Amino acid sequence: MPTVYDFERPISELETKIEELKQFSVEKGLNLKQEIEVLAERAAALKKDIYGDLSPWQKVLIARHPDRLGSRDYIERFCGEYIELHGDRAFGDDPAVIGVVGRMNGYMVTVVGHQKGRDTKENLARNFGMLHPEGCRKVLRLARQAEKFRRPLICLLDTPGAHCGIGAEERGQAEAIARNLAALSTLRVPVVVVVIGEGGSGGALALGVGDRLLMQEHAVFSVSSPEACATILWKDAGRAREAAEVLKMTAQDLLSLGVIDEIVPEPLGGVHRDPAQAAEMLRESLFRNLNELCRMDLEQLLRARYHKYRTIGNL
Amino acid sequence: MQITLDSDDFTELGADLGPRDPLQFPGYAERLAANRERSGLNEAAVAGEGTTGGHRVVLVVMDSHFIMGSMGTVVGEKVARAAEHAVTNALPLVVFSASGGARMQEGILSLMQMAKTAAAIGRLDDAGLLYISVLTDPTMGGVSASFAFLGDVILAEPGALIGFAGPRVIEQTIRQKLPNGFQQAEFLKEHGFVDAVVPRNRLKDTLVKIIAMHQAG
Repeated sequence: MPTVYDFERPISELETKIEELKQFSVEKGLNLKQEIEVLAERAAALKKDIYGDLSPWQKVLIARHPDRLGSRDYIERFCGEYIELHGDRAFGDDPAVIGVVGRMNGYMVTVVGHQKGRDTKENLARNFGMLHPEGCRKVLRLARQAEKFRRPLICLLDTPGAHCGIGAEERGQAEAIARNLAALSTLRVPVVVVVIGEGGSGGALALGVGDRLLMQEHAVFSVSSPEACATILWKDAGRAREAAEVLKMTAQDLLSLGVIDEIVPEPLGGVHRDPAQAAEMLRESLFRNLNELCRMDLEQLLRARYHKYRTIGNL
Repeated sequence: MQITLDSDDFTELGADLGPRDPLQFPGYAERLAANRERSGLNEAAVAGEGTTGGHRVVLVVMDSHFIMGSMGTVVGEKVARAAEHAVTNALPLVVFSASGGARMQEGILSLMQMAKTAAAIGRLDDAGLLYISVLTDPTMGGVSASFAFLGDVILAEPGALIGFAGPRVIEQTIRQKLPNGFQQAEFLKEHGFVDAVVPRNRLKDTLVKIIAMHQAG
Protein backbone atom coordinates (compact mmCIF):
# COMPACT_ATOMS: atom_id res chain seq x y z
CA MET A 1 0.00 0.00 0.00
CA PRO A 2 1.42 3.39 -0.94
CA THR A 3 1.56 5.95 1.84
CA VAL A 4 -1.23 8.53 1.60
CA TYR A 5 -1.23 11.44 4.04
CA ASP A 6 -4.51 12.76 5.46
CA PHE A 7 -4.30 15.99 3.49
CA GLU A 8 -3.88 14.00 0.26
CA ARG A 9 -6.86 11.73 0.91
CA PRO A 10 -9.46 13.66 -1.12
CA ILE A 11 -7.15 13.39 -4.14
CA SER A 12 -6.46 9.69 -3.78
CA GLU A 13 -10.18 8.97 -3.23
CA LEU A 14 -11.04 10.73 -6.43
CA GLU A 15 -8.23 8.96 -8.28
CA THR A 16 -9.47 5.59 -7.04
CA LYS A 17 -12.96 6.44 -8.23
CA ILE A 18 -11.67 7.32 -11.69
CA GLU A 19 -9.79 4.02 -11.87
CA GLU A 20 -12.90 2.11 -10.82
CA LEU A 21 -14.99 3.87 -13.41
CA LYS A 22 -12.44 3.14 -16.13
CA GLN A 23 -12.40 -0.53 -15.21
CA PHE A 24 -16.17 -0.65 -15.03
CA SER A 25 -16.50 0.86 -18.48
CA VAL A 26 -14.12 -1.72 -19.91
CA GLU A 27 -15.82 -4.62 -18.16
CA LYS A 28 -19.32 -3.62 -19.12
CA GLY A 29 -18.43 -2.18 -22.51
CA LEU A 30 -19.96 1.18 -21.56
CA ASN A 31 -18.83 4.56 -22.78
CA LEU A 32 -18.19 6.61 -19.61
CA LYS A 33 -15.67 8.91 -21.18
CA GLN A 34 -17.53 12.08 -20.27
CA GLU A 35 -18.05 11.11 -16.63
CA ILE A 36 -14.41 10.16 -16.33
CA GLU A 37 -13.28 13.41 -17.87
CA VAL A 38 -15.37 15.43 -15.43
CA LEU A 39 -13.86 13.57 -12.50
CA ALA A 40 -10.36 13.91 -13.90
CA GLU A 41 -10.82 17.64 -14.20
CA ARG A 42 -12.00 17.79 -10.62
CA ALA A 43 -9.00 15.76 -9.49
CA ALA A 44 -6.62 18.09 -11.34
CA ALA A 45 -8.22 21.15 -9.74
CA LEU A 46 -8.11 19.53 -6.33
CA LYS A 47 -4.43 18.65 -6.75
CA LYS A 48 -3.62 22.20 -7.71
CA ASP A 49 -5.52 23.46 -4.67
CA ILE A 50 -4.02 21.08 -2.15
CA TYR A 51 -0.48 20.73 -3.47
CA GLY A 52 -0.20 24.33 -4.54
CA ASP A 53 -0.54 25.56 -1.00
CA LEU A 54 1.30 23.13 1.24
CA SER A 55 2.09 24.13 4.82
CA PRO A 56 5.69 23.70 6.04
CA TRP A 57 4.67 20.60 7.99
CA GLN A 58 3.00 19.07 4.94
CA LYS A 59 6.24 19.69 3.06
CA VAL A 60 8.15 17.88 5.82
CA LEU A 61 5.82 14.91 5.28
CA ILE A 62 6.29 15.00 1.50
CA ALA A 63 10.07 15.32 1.94
CA ARG A 64 9.92 12.15 4.06
CA HIS A 65 7.56 10.23 1.80
CA PRO A 66 8.74 6.60 1.59
CA ASP A 67 8.29 6.59 -2.20
CA ARG A 68 10.32 9.76 -2.71
CA LEU A 69 13.44 9.09 -4.78
CA GLY A 70 16.65 8.72 -2.81
CA SER A 71 20.31 9.20 -3.72
CA ARG A 72 20.65 5.75 -5.27
CA ASP A 73 17.55 6.24 -7.43
CA TYR A 74 18.98 9.41 -8.93
CA ILE A 75 22.40 7.84 -9.42
CA GLU A 76 20.82 4.93 -11.28
CA ARG A 77 18.72 7.25 -13.41
CA PHE A 78 21.53 9.71 -14.20
CA CYS A 79 24.57 7.48 -14.62
CA GLY A 80 25.07 5.41 -17.74
CA GLU A 81 27.55 3.42 -15.73
CA TYR A 82 28.89 3.78 -12.23
CA ILE A 83 30.86 1.99 -9.58
CA GLU A 84 30.06 2.26 -5.89
CA LEU A 85 32.98 2.80 -3.51
CA HIS A 86 32.94 1.85 0.14
CA GLY A 87 34.62 2.71 3.40
CA ASP A 88 36.47 5.53 5.13
CA ARG A 89 39.82 3.65 5.29
CA ALA A 90 39.90 4.21 9.03
CA PHE A 91 37.05 2.47 10.78
CA GLY A 92 34.34 1.07 8.54
CA ASP A 93 31.74 1.60 5.85
CA ASP A 94 28.73 3.68 6.83
CA PRO A 95 25.62 2.45 4.98
CA ALA A 96 23.84 5.76 5.74
CA VAL A 97 25.96 7.38 3.03
CA ILE A 98 26.70 6.09 -0.46
CA GLY A 99 29.36 7.21 -2.88
CA VAL A 100 29.97 6.41 -6.53
CA VAL A 101 32.14 7.34 -9.48
CA GLY A 102 29.98 7.50 -12.55
CA ARG A 103 29.55 8.74 -16.08
CA MET A 104 26.75 11.29 -16.46
CA ASN A 105 25.87 13.41 -19.50
CA GLY A 106 29.42 13.07 -20.77
CA TYR A 107 31.04 13.92 -17.43
CA MET A 108 32.93 11.68 -15.08
CA VAL A 109 31.62 12.68 -11.66
CA THR A 110 31.76 11.63 -8.04
CA VAL A 111 28.38 11.49 -6.37
CA VAL A 112 27.90 11.17 -2.62
CA GLY A 113 24.58 11.15 -0.84
CA HIS A 114 22.72 10.20 2.29
CA GLN A 115 20.77 7.01 1.76
CA LYS A 116 17.59 6.14 3.63
CA GLY A 117 15.85 2.80 3.26
CA ARG A 118 12.75 1.97 1.26
CA ASP A 119 11.24 -0.14 4.04
CA THR A 120 11.75 -0.71 7.75
CA LYS A 121 14.35 -3.41 7.25
CA GLU A 122 16.49 -1.33 4.91
CA ASN A 123 15.95 1.74 7.06
CA LEU A 124 17.34 -0.07 10.06
CA ALA A 125 20.34 -1.24 8.02
CA ARG A 126 20.93 2.30 6.73
CA ASN A 127 20.16 3.95 10.08
CA PHE A 128 17.48 6.13 8.41
CA GLY A 129 20.22 8.02 6.58
CA MET A 130 21.74 9.26 9.85
CA LEU A 131 25.47 9.15 9.33
CA HIS A 132 28.25 8.24 11.76
CA PRO A 133 31.73 9.82 11.72
CA GLU A 134 32.84 7.10 9.30
CA GLY A 135 30.13 8.30 6.91
CA CYS A 136 31.53 11.83 7.02
CA ARG A 137 35.03 10.49 6.48
CA LYS A 138 33.91 8.35 3.56
CA VAL A 139 32.54 11.51 1.95
CA LEU A 140 35.80 13.32 2.67
CA ARG A 141 37.83 10.48 1.17
CA LEU A 142 35.73 10.47 -2.01
CA ALA A 143 35.82 14.27 -2.21
CA ARG A 144 39.64 14.21 -2.08
CA GLN A 145 39.64 11.49 -4.70
CA ALA A 146 37.39 13.59 -6.93
CA GLU A 147 39.84 16.46 -6.49
CA LYS A 148 42.78 14.25 -7.46
CA PHE A 149 41.07 13.09 -10.67
CA ARG A 150 39.52 16.53 -11.33
CA ARG A 151 35.98 15.20 -11.30
CA PRO A 152 33.12 17.47 -10.24
CA LEU A 153 31.45 16.44 -6.98
CA ILE A 154 27.69 16.12 -6.60
CA CYS A 155 26.28 15.91 -3.07
CA LEU A 156 22.71 14.71 -2.48
CA LEU A 157 21.26 15.57 0.94
CA ASP A 158 18.58 13.49 2.60
CA THR A 159 18.96 12.95 6.32
CA PRO A 160 17.14 13.89 9.52
CA GLY A 161 20.59 14.53 11.04
CA ALA A 162 23.82 12.95 12.22
CA HIS A 163 23.54 9.87 14.41
CA CYS A 164 23.35 10.37 18.19
CA GLY A 165 25.10 7.62 20.11
CA ILE A 166 28.08 6.48 22.12
CA GLY A 167 30.15 5.14 19.23
CA ALA A 168 29.54 8.26 17.14
CA GLU A 169 30.86 10.46 19.96
CA GLU A 170 33.83 8.17 20.68
CA ARG A 171 34.86 8.35 17.06
CA GLY A 172 34.50 12.12 16.85
CA GLN A 173 31.22 13.04 15.19
CA ALA A 174 31.87 16.74 15.70
CA GLU A 175 35.44 16.60 14.42
CA ALA A 176 34.36 14.60 11.36
CA ILE A 177 31.67 17.14 10.42
CA ALA A 178 33.99 20.09 11.04
CA ARG A 179 36.69 18.55 8.83
CA ASN A 180 34.22 18.07 5.97
CA LEU A 181 33.04 21.67 6.13
CA ALA A 182 36.56 23.01 5.93
CA ALA A 183 37.61 20.56 3.20
CA LEU A 184 34.57 21.12 0.98
CA SER A 185 34.90 24.88 1.28
CA THR A 186 38.31 24.72 -0.39
CA LEU A 187 37.93 21.61 -2.59
CA ARG A 188 39.52 22.33 -5.96
CA VAL A 189 36.74 20.96 -8.18
CA PRO A 190 33.19 22.21 -8.82
CA VAL A 191 30.72 21.04 -6.15
CA VAL A 192 26.93 21.02 -6.62
CA VAL A 193 24.74 20.32 -3.61
CA VAL A 194 21.09 19.27 -3.94
CA VAL A 195 18.70 18.83 -1.04
CA ILE A 196 16.52 15.98 -2.30
CA GLY A 197 14.50 15.28 0.84
CA GLU A 198 15.15 16.47 4.34
CA GLY A 199 18.31 18.27 5.28
CA GLY A 200 18.75 18.22 9.03
CA SER A 201 21.57 19.72 11.10
CA GLY A 202 25.29 19.15 10.84
CA GLY A 203 24.70 15.68 9.46
CA ALA A 204 23.26 17.26 6.33
CA LEU A 205 25.74 20.14 6.18
CA ALA A 206 28.65 17.66 6.23
CA LEU A 207 27.73 17.10 2.57
CA GLY A 208 26.31 20.57 2.05
CA VAL A 209 29.10 22.96 1.15
CA GLY A 210 29.50 23.69 -2.55
CA ASP A 211 29.38 26.20 -5.38
CA ARG A 212 25.67 25.78 -5.99
CA LEU A 213 23.04 24.91 -3.43
CA LEU A 214 19.88 23.59 -5.07
CA MET A 215 16.74 22.41 -3.37
CA GLN A 216 13.81 20.47 -4.69
CA GLU A 217 10.49 22.25 -4.43
CA HIS A 218 9.19 20.30 -1.44
CA ALA A 219 12.49 19.53 0.26
CA VAL A 220 13.23 21.02 3.69
CA PHE A 221 16.54 22.09 5.22
CA SER A 222 17.21 23.43 8.69
CA VAL A 223 19.41 23.65 11.73
CA SER A 224 17.68 20.56 13.13
CA SER A 225 14.71 18.35 12.42
CA PRO A 226 11.47 19.96 13.63
CA GLU A 227 11.21 17.22 16.29
CA ALA A 228 14.68 18.01 17.66
CA CYS A 229 13.99 21.75 17.55
CA ALA A 230 10.73 21.31 19.49
CA THR A 231 12.56 19.18 22.06
CA ILE A 232 15.33 21.73 22.50
CA LEU A 233 13.08 24.80 22.66
CA TRP A 234 9.96 23.50 24.34
CA LYS A 235 11.03 20.06 25.67
CA ASP A 236 8.18 18.56 23.66
CA ALA A 237 8.82 16.68 20.40
CA GLY A 238 5.04 16.64 19.88
CA ARG A 239 5.21 20.29 18.87
CA ALA A 240 7.21 19.45 15.74
CA ARG A 241 4.50 20.82 13.45
CA GLU A 242 4.74 24.19 15.19
CA ALA A 243 8.55 24.10 14.97
CA ALA A 244 8.32 23.44 11.23
CA GLU A 245 6.22 26.61 10.86
CA VAL A 246 8.64 28.91 12.67
CA LEU A 247 11.97 27.39 11.52
CA LYS A 248 11.56 28.70 7.95
CA MET A 249 12.83 25.44 6.48
CA THR A 250 11.08 25.18 3.10
CA ALA A 251 12.84 25.70 -0.23
CA GLN A 252 10.80 28.87 -0.74
CA ASP A 253 11.94 30.25 2.64
CA LEU A 254 15.57 29.39 1.93
CA LEU A 255 15.48 31.07 -1.44
CA SER A 256 14.13 34.27 0.06
CA LEU A 257 16.71 34.10 2.87
CA GLY A 258 19.42 33.91 0.21
CA VAL A 259 20.67 30.51 1.38
CA ILE A 260 19.98 28.51 -1.77
CA ASP A 261 20.57 29.38 -5.41
CA GLU A 262 17.67 27.68 -7.09
CA ILE A 263 14.48 25.70 -6.49
CA VAL A 264 14.22 22.57 -8.61
CA PRO A 265 10.56 22.05 -9.57
CA GLU A 266 8.77 18.82 -8.69
CA PRO A 267 5.76 17.21 -10.36
CA LEU A 268 2.48 18.41 -8.87
CA GLY A 269 2.18 16.86 -5.41
CA GLY A 270 5.81 15.88 -5.12
CA VAL A 271 8.48 13.56 -6.48
CA HIS A 272 6.64 10.41 -5.37
CA ARG A 273 3.66 11.20 -7.62
CA ASP A 274 5.76 11.07 -10.80
CA PRO A 275 9.32 9.88 -10.19
CA ALA A 276 10.31 9.79 -13.85
CA GLN A 277 9.32 13.40 -14.43
CA ALA A 278 10.92 14.44 -11.14
CA ALA A 279 14.23 12.90 -12.19
CA GLU A 280 14.13 14.75 -15.51
CA MET A 281 13.46 18.03 -13.74
CA LEU A 282 16.44 17.49 -11.46
CA ARG A 283 18.64 16.36 -14.32
CA GLU A 284 17.96 19.59 -16.22
CA SER A 285 18.84 21.82 -13.28
CA LEU A 286 21.81 19.77 -12.13
CA PHE A 287 23.55 19.70 -15.50
CA ARG A 288 22.80 23.29 -16.35
CA ASN A 289 24.54 24.30 -13.12
CA LEU A 290 27.35 21.82 -13.57
CA ASN A 291 28.00 23.07 -17.11
CA GLU A 292 28.25 26.64 -15.87
CA LEU A 293 30.62 25.74 -13.06
CA CYS A 294 32.88 23.61 -15.23
CA ARG A 295 33.42 26.56 -17.55
CA MET A 296 34.54 28.83 -14.70
CA ASP A 297 38.14 29.53 -13.79
CA LEU A 298 39.00 27.47 -10.68
CA GLU A 299 40.42 30.34 -8.60
CA GLN A 300 37.38 32.44 -9.40
CA LEU A 301 35.16 29.50 -8.47
CA LEU A 302 36.85 29.12 -5.08
CA ARG A 303 36.62 32.83 -4.35
CA ALA A 304 32.92 32.79 -5.22
CA ARG A 305 32.34 29.73 -3.04
CA TYR A 306 33.98 31.42 -0.07
CA HIS A 307 32.02 34.60 -0.66
CA LYS A 308 28.77 32.65 -0.88
CA TYR A 309 29.06 31.13 2.59
CA ARG A 310 30.77 34.19 4.02
CA THR A 311 27.77 36.37 3.24
CA ILE A 312 24.86 34.03 4.01
CA GLY A 313 22.84 35.61 6.80
CA ASN A 314 24.14 39.14 6.15
CA LEU A 315 20.67 40.36 5.35
CA MET B 1 40.12 37.20 28.29
CA GLN B 2 41.64 38.90 31.33
CA ILE B 3 43.39 35.65 32.12
CA THR B 4 44.92 35.35 28.66
CA LEU B 5 45.93 38.88 27.73
CA ASP B 6 48.89 40.80 29.16
CA SER B 7 47.04 44.07 29.67
CA ASP B 8 43.88 45.96 28.81
CA ASP B 9 45.33 46.66 25.39
CA PHE B 10 42.61 45.02 23.33
CA THR B 11 41.04 46.18 20.08
CA GLU B 12 37.63 44.65 19.63
CA LEU B 13 36.51 43.35 16.24
CA GLY B 14 32.86 43.47 15.26
CA ALA B 15 31.81 45.51 18.30
CA ASP B 16 29.19 47.02 16.01
CA LEU B 17 27.43 43.66 15.65
CA GLY B 18 24.34 43.66 17.79
CA PRO B 19 21.70 40.94 18.26
CA ARG B 20 19.53 40.22 15.24
CA ASP B 21 16.32 38.30 14.72
CA PRO B 22 16.49 37.43 11.02
CA LEU B 23 13.63 34.89 11.04
CA GLN B 24 11.34 36.94 13.30
CA PHE B 25 11.28 33.87 15.51
CA PRO B 26 8.52 33.99 18.15
CA GLY B 27 9.86 35.16 21.52
CA TYR B 28 13.45 35.52 20.30
CA ALA B 29 13.74 39.32 20.35
CA GLU B 30 12.57 39.36 23.98
CA ARG B 31 14.99 36.57 24.86
CA LEU B 32 17.90 38.48 23.30
CA ALA B 33 16.98 41.61 25.21
CA ALA B 34 16.68 39.72 28.50
CA ASN B 35 20.04 38.03 27.97
CA ARG B 36 21.71 41.31 27.16
CA GLU B 37 20.34 42.82 30.33
CA ARG B 38 21.19 39.89 32.57
CA SER B 39 24.67 39.11 31.24
CA GLY B 40 25.82 42.61 30.37
CA LEU B 41 27.06 41.12 27.06
CA ASN B 42 25.76 42.10 23.68
CA GLU B 43 26.19 38.60 22.21
CA ALA B 44 27.68 35.19 23.02
CA ALA B 45 31.20 36.00 21.76
CA VAL B 46 33.79 38.77 21.94
CA ALA B 47 36.57 38.99 19.34
CA GLY B 48 39.60 41.21 19.05
CA GLU B 49 43.34 41.67 18.90
CA GLY B 50 45.59 41.83 21.94
CA THR B 51 48.92 40.71 23.40
CA THR B 52 49.72 37.57 25.34
CA GLY B 53 53.22 36.79 26.62
CA GLY B 54 54.41 39.59 24.38
CA HIS B 55 52.88 38.07 21.24
CA ARG B 56 50.19 39.80 19.21
CA VAL B 57 47.21 37.44 18.80
CA VAL B 58 43.65 37.47 17.55
CA LEU B 59 41.38 36.19 20.27
CA VAL B 60 37.75 35.05 20.39
CA VAL B 61 36.10 34.27 23.70
CA MET B 62 32.63 32.75 23.86
CA ASP B 63 30.37 33.05 26.86
CA SER B 64 27.84 30.35 27.65
CA HIS B 65 25.85 32.74 29.84
CA PHE B 66 24.37 34.31 26.71
CA ILE B 67 21.66 31.92 25.39
CA MET B 68 23.91 28.93 26.18
CA GLY B 69 26.70 30.46 24.11
CA SER B 70 24.79 29.32 21.06
CA MET B 71 26.02 30.35 17.60
CA GLY B 72 23.77 32.48 15.43
CA THR B 73 24.71 34.93 12.71
CA VAL B 74 26.49 37.38 15.04
CA VAL B 75 28.74 34.78 16.69
CA GLY B 76 29.51 33.27 13.29
CA GLU B 77 30.36 36.68 11.87
CA LYS B 78 32.69 37.49 14.77
CA VAL B 79 34.58 34.21 14.39
CA ALA B 80 34.87 34.71 10.61
CA ARG B 81 36.07 38.31 11.02
CA ALA B 82 38.60 37.19 13.62
CA ALA B 83 39.99 34.52 11.28
CA GLU B 84 40.16 36.99 8.39
CA HIS B 85 41.83 39.60 10.62
CA ALA B 86 44.40 36.97 11.56
CA VAL B 87 45.06 36.24 7.87
CA THR B 88 45.33 39.92 6.93
CA ASN B 89 47.76 40.67 9.75
CA ALA B 90 49.55 37.28 9.77
CA LEU B 91 48.71 36.68 13.41
CA PRO B 92 47.89 33.50 15.32
CA LEU B 93 44.28 32.88 16.27
CA VAL B 94 43.13 31.64 19.67
CA VAL B 95 39.48 30.75 20.24
CA PHE B 96 37.92 29.86 23.59
CA SER B 97 34.71 27.97 22.85
CA ALA B 98 31.81 27.64 25.26
CA SER B 99 28.58 26.76 23.55
CA GLY B 100 25.54 24.54 23.61
CA GLY B 101 25.61 24.50 19.80
CA ALA B 102 23.78 26.21 16.99
CA ARG B 103 21.10 28.74 17.89
CA MET B 104 17.69 27.26 17.02
CA GLN B 105 16.01 30.67 16.77
CA GLU B 106 18.05 31.62 13.71
CA GLY B 107 17.27 28.33 11.97
CA ILE B 108 19.12 27.55 8.76
CA LEU B 109 21.17 30.75 9.10
CA SER B 110 22.71 29.36 12.31
CA LEU B 111 23.55 26.12 10.52
CA MET B 112 25.23 28.06 7.74
CA GLN B 113 27.49 29.78 10.28
CA MET B 114 29.17 26.40 10.67
CA ALA B 115 30.11 26.40 6.99
CA LYS B 116 31.10 30.06 7.12
CA THR B 117 33.40 29.74 10.13
CA ALA B 118 34.93 26.50 8.83
CA ALA B 119 35.63 28.18 5.48
CA ALA B 120 37.29 31.11 7.26
CA ILE B 121 39.51 28.69 9.21
CA GLY B 122 40.29 27.05 5.85
CA ARG B 123 41.79 30.36 4.70
CA LEU B 124 43.88 30.53 7.86
CA ASP B 125 45.18 27.04 7.06
CA ASP B 126 46.04 28.08 3.50
CA ALA B 127 47.95 31.06 4.90
CA GLY B 128 49.99 28.77 7.16
CA LEU B 129 48.89 30.50 10.34
CA LEU B 130 48.52 28.96 13.77
CA TYR B 131 45.09 28.36 15.24
CA ILE B 132 44.77 27.16 18.83
CA SER B 133 41.29 26.06 19.87
CA VAL B 134 40.51 25.91 23.58
CA LEU B 135 37.43 23.87 24.47
CA THR B 136 35.79 24.97 27.70
CA ASP B 137 32.63 23.74 29.40
CA PRO B 138 30.51 23.05 27.36
CA THR B 139 31.53 22.83 23.68
CA MET B 140 28.79 21.05 21.77
CA GLY B 141 26.82 20.75 18.54
CA GLY B 142 27.27 23.33 15.83
CA VAL B 143 30.32 24.90 17.49
CA SER B 144 32.22 21.69 18.15
CA ALA B 145 31.25 20.52 14.65
CA SER B 146 32.77 23.60 13.01
CA PHE B 147 35.59 25.94 14.05
CA ALA B 148 36.19 24.45 17.52
CA PHE B 149 37.51 21.13 16.19
CA LEU B 150 39.61 22.67 13.43
CA GLY B 151 42.47 23.88 15.60
CA ASP B 152 46.06 22.97 14.74
CA VAL B 153 46.34 22.43 18.46
CA ILE B 154 43.25 21.66 20.54
CA LEU B 155 43.33 22.18 24.29
CA ALA B 156 40.51 21.41 26.70
CA GLU B 157 39.75 22.43 30.26
CA PRO B 158 39.50 19.60 32.82
CA GLY B 159 36.02 18.12 33.08
CA ALA B 160 34.62 20.21 30.21
CA LEU B 161 31.68 18.61 28.40
CA ILE B 162 32.66 18.25 24.74
CA GLY B 163 30.81 16.49 21.96
CA PHE B 164 28.30 16.68 19.16
CA ALA B 165 24.98 15.49 20.60
CA GLY B 166 24.09 16.42 24.17
CA PRO B 167 24.23 13.62 26.76
CA ARG B 168 20.49 13.87 27.50
CA VAL B 169 19.62 13.52 23.84
CA ILE B 170 21.88 10.48 23.52
CA GLU B 171 20.39 8.87 26.65
CA GLN B 172 16.89 9.39 25.31
CA THR B 173 17.87 8.01 21.91
CA ILE B 174 19.63 4.84 23.07
CA ARG B 175 17.63 4.41 26.29
CA GLN B 176 20.59 3.57 28.47
CA LYS B 177 22.78 5.38 30.97
CA LEU B 178 25.99 6.83 29.64
CA PRO B 179 29.31 5.64 31.07
CA ASN B 180 31.06 7.78 33.69
CA GLY B 181 33.19 10.54 32.23
CA PHE B 182 31.57 10.20 28.79
CA GLN B 183 32.15 13.34 26.65
CA GLN B 184 34.44 14.90 29.24
CA ALA B 185 37.71 16.51 28.23
CA GLU B 186 39.75 13.54 29.48
CA PHE B 187 37.57 11.13 27.48
CA LEU B 188 38.18 13.20 24.35
CA LYS B 189 41.93 13.12 24.95
CA GLU B 190 41.82 9.36 25.44
CA HIS B 191 40.03 8.99 22.09
CA GLY B 192 42.51 11.19 20.28
CA PHE B 193 40.47 14.35 19.80
CA VAL B 194 42.31 16.84 22.01
CA ASP B 195 46.03 17.38 22.41
CA ALA B 196 46.09 18.26 26.10
CA VAL B 197 43.82 18.84 29.06
CA VAL B 198 45.03 22.03 30.71
CA PRO B 199 43.70 23.62 33.92
CA ARG B 200 42.85 27.29 33.71
CA ASN B 201 45.78 28.46 35.85
CA ARG B 202 48.25 26.89 33.38
CA LEU B 203 46.41 27.89 30.23
CA LYS B 204 48.17 31.17 29.53
CA ASP B 205 51.65 29.67 29.91
CA THR B 206 50.68 26.80 27.62
CA LEU B 207 49.27 29.12 24.97
CA VAL B 208 52.31 31.40 25.07
CA LYS B 209 54.64 28.43 24.77
CA ILE B 210 52.79 27.04 21.73
CA ILE B 211 52.62 30.46 20.06
CA ALA B 212 56.34 31.05 20.66
CA MET B 213 57.15 27.72 19.01
CA HIS B 214 55.28 28.82 15.89
CA GLN B 215 56.93 32.21 15.50
CA ALA B 216 59.21 32.59 12.50
CA GLY B 217 62.94 32.25 13.12
